[in-house]
Amino acid sequence: MKKMKKIALLFMLSIAMVSCNDDDDNTQQNVSIQVNLTQNWDGTEITEADLGTTVFTNQNGENLKITRLRYLISKVIIYNSFGDAIEVNGYNLADLSDDNSLIFAKGTVLPPGTYNKISFVYGFNEEDNIDNEYPDLNTAEWSWPDPLGGGYHFMQMDGTYVDPNGDNQPFNFHNGTARVSDGVFEQNFITVTVDNLSFSSSSVIEIKMNLAEWFKNPNTWDLNQMSTGLMGNYDAQIMMNANGQNVFSITVE
Amino acid sequence: MKYKFALLVLTSMFMLSCSSDDDSSPSYVTTPVELEIPQIFENLLLPPSIPSNNPLTEEGIALGRKLFYEKLLSGDGTQACASCHLAENAFVDPDRFSTGITGAVGNRNSMPIYNLAWNFEDKYFWDGRAIGIEGQALGPVENPIEMNNTWPNAVATLQATSTYPDLFSKAFGTSTITKELVTKAIAQFERTMISGNSRFDKYLLGDETALTASEINGFDIFMDESRGDCFHCHGSDANPLWTDNIFHNNGLDSSFEDIGLGMVTGDPLDNGKFKSPSLRNLAYTAPYMHDGRFATLEEVINHYSEGLVYSETIDPLMKNIAQGGALLNEADKADLKAFLLSLSEPGFTTNPDFQDPN
Repeated sequence: MKKMKKIALLFMLSIAMVSCNDDDDNTQQNVSIQVNLTQNWDGTEITEADLGTTVFTNQNGENLKITRLRYLISKVIIYNSFGDAIEVNGYNLADLSDDNSLIFAKGTVLPPGTYNKISFVYGFNEEDNIDNEYPDLNTAEWSWPDPLGGGYHFMQMDGTYVDPNGDNQPFNFHNGTARVSDGVFEQNFITVTVDNLSFSSSSVIEIKMNLAEWFKNPNTWDLNQMSTGLMGNYDAQIMMNANGQNVFSITVE
Repeated sequence: MKYKFALLVLTSMFMLSCSSDDDSSPSYVTTPVELEIPQIFENLLLPPSIPSNNPLTEEGIALGRKLFYEKLLSGDGTQACASCHLAENAFVDPDRFSTGITGAVGNRNSMPIYNLAWNFEDKYFWDGRAIGIEGQALGPVENPIEMNNTWPNAVATLQATSTYPDLFSKAFGTSTITKELVTKAIAQFERTMISGNSRFDKYLLGDETALTASEINGFDIFMDESRGDCFHCHGSDANPLWTDNIFHNNGLDSSFEDIGLGMVTGDPLDNGKFKSPSLRNLAYTAPYMHDGRFATLEEVINHYSEGLVYSETIDPLMKNIAQGGALLNEADKADLKAFLLSLSEPGFTTNPDFQDPN
């Protein structure tokens, strides 16, 4: 008799599971996701193969090559239609020369539901930007000097541009906390929120960085004026933050 | 219940007997070793990287130490690893280029070999051509300008001794010596070579009397992007390895006789790139650079201050190249040098655990 009960229960469960799979709106399925980080120059994809080779022209007309690009994404939060927030990772240091660093949170499973909003932080917010806190970032030479506010870099974009004399000059477009004056600092991270999304099945979330925007809007960046030694340059740091507001976008597929 | 217990005992016995090779010592029991990790590493770094197929044991480390100083590894029995990695020089060669057993001279300075368990990139030599410490240790024995031996001959020589077969039995459970086991033992020993107790470490751990004002100012210059800007490649108060363990062209030459990493990858964009060495123990590791071209730290600092030379692959972190670099004033140069020397650790060169046991 007990055996019969078990079989009956199993049968009922099977029916329930099959019927779940047949739901039109998929609302009962877990949602498996991963986050891909991609880079482009006004829509043209940039990959490791472009490092040190491809010439880009910025808004100010300077021809440049990028030899190193690393940036930090943290606090990726996905919201469902009820307003519940699920944080899917702590932080991720993206390095264009390392494909493995451009995919994270792979296999993360969200509860069944419809998700319509994603936010993340470019860099670290004030709460997370703790001096010397993250061992993997420490060995990655990612720390931001104490006299400039400490914590960590948000981005390191290094390369060369051609100056008016036709000579190659280096640029170090490094972004992090802004130093106002001795001991006075200004938070400089960017929170990006996209809320016109809708997905309820397994998806790839793509965070896109348009590198051209760093040099474009609202500040037309003149590398001849600001190319190196920018970490302690308050104006440069704030201009990066302003231009960074338009750098990121998110798509879900 | 009794049956299960008996089965467990039988299974255990079977497993034990399986683990004993025919030629192995019946007393093959190794003693696991945990590395003594400096406090500053505990605070800031990930745990050391120890390969799962080569765990540290007392027996393996002792054998590796003996092999590190073993001249029988060379073709004519005159050179050991320690011949070019001298303890008193923090295990580098004070000669610009090391001389091999045939009298042939290399074209690079021997590399520092401390804190290797934290080289998470796991690439070795100035050009990164070897993967893993075990992989690195394979190279010098057969290199014609170094030990100029063959591995079959080196292994046969060790096998014919009265001591080594027993030591391999104790370390690895087999008296049959192979090059893989030789390099595993040497790698185990090298992973114990840890340097993390300099005056600067003490300063970071809270001893404010450990440094002079000059040394502290030197550290500020090191960390200042507009002056030294050393920290993007050479560590910081957050990275006590004082190296990024990756490869850069630091503006030494306008063209290259030795293309470094480019020879390994085949990518012209890598030409002229060499691995950043740790800045620890600079007091003992002259000469400097991959080719030992600078005899003193003053020359090194002058290079970055006013000696940078442009080439296609120069790292963009090398700035103001038209004027040769950061143009530090003499006081800043002196302070920077003082700071760099505060990363040296006298006790490392004299550590009895690293000396010749033979």
